[in-house]
Amino acid sequence: MRREGSPFQGLGTVFVKELSDNISSVRMLVLELLILLTALAALYGAIDSLRQNTAEDPFLLLRLFTLARDPLPSFVAILGFLIPLMAIGLGFDAVNSEHNRRTLSRILAQPIYRDALLMGKFLAALATLAVNLAALWLMVIGLGLIFLGVPPGTEEIARSLVFLVVAIFYAGVWLALAMLLSIVFRSPATAALVALGVWLFLTVLWPMLAPAFAQVIAPPDPRYTALGLDTPDTGLWSLFLMRVSPNELFIEAMQAVLSPTTRTLGAVFLEQLRGAVMGAPLPLAESVMIAWPQMVGLIAGTIVLFVAGYVLFQRQEVRA
Amino acid sequence: MSEQPNEGATAPGGVVIAADGLTKRYGKAYAVDNISFGIRRGEVFGLLGPNGAGKTTTILMMLGLTEISSGKVSVLGHDPARQPLAVKARVGYLPDSVGFYDQMTAVENLAYTAKLMGLDLAERTRRIADALLRVRLDDVAHKRVATFSRGMRQRLGLAEIIVKKAEIAILDEPTSGLDPQATLEFLDLIRELKAEGTTVLLSSHLLDQVQRICDRVALFKAGHIAMMGTVAELSVGVLGAGFVVEVEAQGTGIARRLATIPGVTKVETVAPERFRMTAERDVRPDAASAVVAVNGALLKLSVHEPSLEAIYARTFQTDPAGGGVRHAA
Repeated sequence: MRREGSPFQGLGTVFVKELSDNISSVRMLVLELLILLTALAALYGAIDSLRQNTAEDPFLLLRLFTLARDPLPSFVAILGFLIPLMAIGLGFDAVNSEHNRRTLSRILAQPIYRDALLMGKFLAALATLAVNLAALWLMVIGLGLIFLGVPPGTEEIARSLVFLVVAIFYAGVWLALAMLLSIVFRSPATAALVALGVWLFLTVLWPMLAPAFAQVIAPPDPRYTALGLDTPDTGLWSLFLMRVSPNELFIEAMQAVLSPTTRTLGAVFLEQLRGAVMGAPLPLAESVMIAWPQMVGLIAGTIVLFVAGYVLFQRQEVRA
Repeated sequence: MSEQPNEGATAPGGVVIAADGLTKRYGKAYAVDNISFGIRRGEVFGLLGPNGAGKTTTILMMLGLTEISSGKVSVLGHDPARQPLAVKARVGYLPDSVGFYDQMTAVENLAYTAKLMGLDLAERTRRIADALLRVRLDDVAHKRVATFSRGMRQRLGLAEIIVKKAEIAILDEPTSGLDPQATLEFLDLIRELKAEGTTVLLSSHLLDQVQRICDRVALFKAGHIAMMGTVAELSVGVLGAGFVVEVEAQGTGIARRLATIPGVTKVETVAPERFRMTAERDVRPDAASAVVAVNGALLKLSVHEPSLEAIYARTFQTDPAGGGVRHAA
């Protein structure tokens, strides 16, 4: 049975309202400060070591993103850790709070479809994240200009823009997950706890567990072990399992895009090195090609999780 | 499903909501079981029944907010399952214990829904100011809703329906949890809506107010409509009579004499000198002359209007499933 009318009617209204809610909320302010302060600390470390060692590096600006100095991880690694937190903070009570405030049936009694409400909320949260990430991106470039004094080249800007887009989709995965949980669980606290649990599991525990599982699936070959080498099969399985985590996909994609010398992600085969000039940077398009599967993975993850939430929301009863 | 003819929506006094065999199943349980009714333009129609009898489910099906298992309903000539936007653009809904965005002001809350209705800025501003004035919230228009009492929230919900200029206002338990003063004010507002020609569909388990403002009621019982009609009609149907007249008089043979009055179906002797008659009409004048005819001394004569309370109690008493009577008390 086909319904009449556009599913996008009211989308703009919901989007604007949610966006202004997100941006003015105290919760968002706290998350922004958290990210800003840790990011500044990481950048400070990177800038400090770059100034002491001004070797001829054609991609000085990109080094700001990736350079880590103990005890702080790099800017990208910090974002990989904190973007999910921000996305979960925006999404975990998107739908269930409307239920609990008893506003859902009143809003849905207006001439709009549920599609507009869910899509508007998702896009508004994603836009909020995008604005924040873009601000961070500008901050990195600005600080780079001020403290390093080297104007960024076109390719550096292009690569850092790719970083921005991938970071937004990485945020999208976690946002879609958080919104899905906000549809499944009627209590925002439960949704938040489950989302944070998944986040901690995938970013902290999974990198430890994946190699262990890989060893179960493909036990290490004693011949390699005797030589002090890793068994290729075990290594591949480990990498394969690791890539279940969006965090791993994000870090790998960033490695390829922000370190132009990266030729491959994961195991290196001899044929891949044939004719390669070691240490020479790849063109941007080639770097993007290397990270393409990871990027597609993130985009697909966002869409799949959003669609799952969408289907559940369409079937959910409106009454509290 | 064929297109619904639109004439019901335009003809004055025509049927604006027509339900035919409407059914909602959850698994094997029937929330609403094969109900049919028609609501005429301009009337106040009461959906009456204990909690969980299927009132809210029926309302949600009319708005296209929940799927219809079988049967059909037509609202203003539209099918809510297929044309929910057309229905929702013309029907206002005040949900059971309505909620607002607490951090926003009354005006901001209304402006958000008015935008969803598709009203432009000038129209929005004008209608919102008018509506807030009518529900007497104009002095708190720019206060945050978090500070509002329950009665104010309900009135704000009604303001939303006024902003929409809804042809049908569906009010789900609008006065439950309100204090008596707030209830009276709210009922006045509903009367104003009716006076403007808005059709009002009211769901409630509070009997006396339903009786006070509804033209017709449908009595819901476990997903069925047990009875439908005006309160007087129901009263005759259930209690066997519409009027209860109490007579207090001294004298002999009064009870026998009263029983001979045409239209009286029953005479009970409540106390030695008190008699209760049930009748199809107001039989007070006849009762008075009857007492005088036997040389009795008439001390008191009173009539009880047909009471929905009694109808309700009688309907739900006979069935153990009618435990909802407790809610209504």
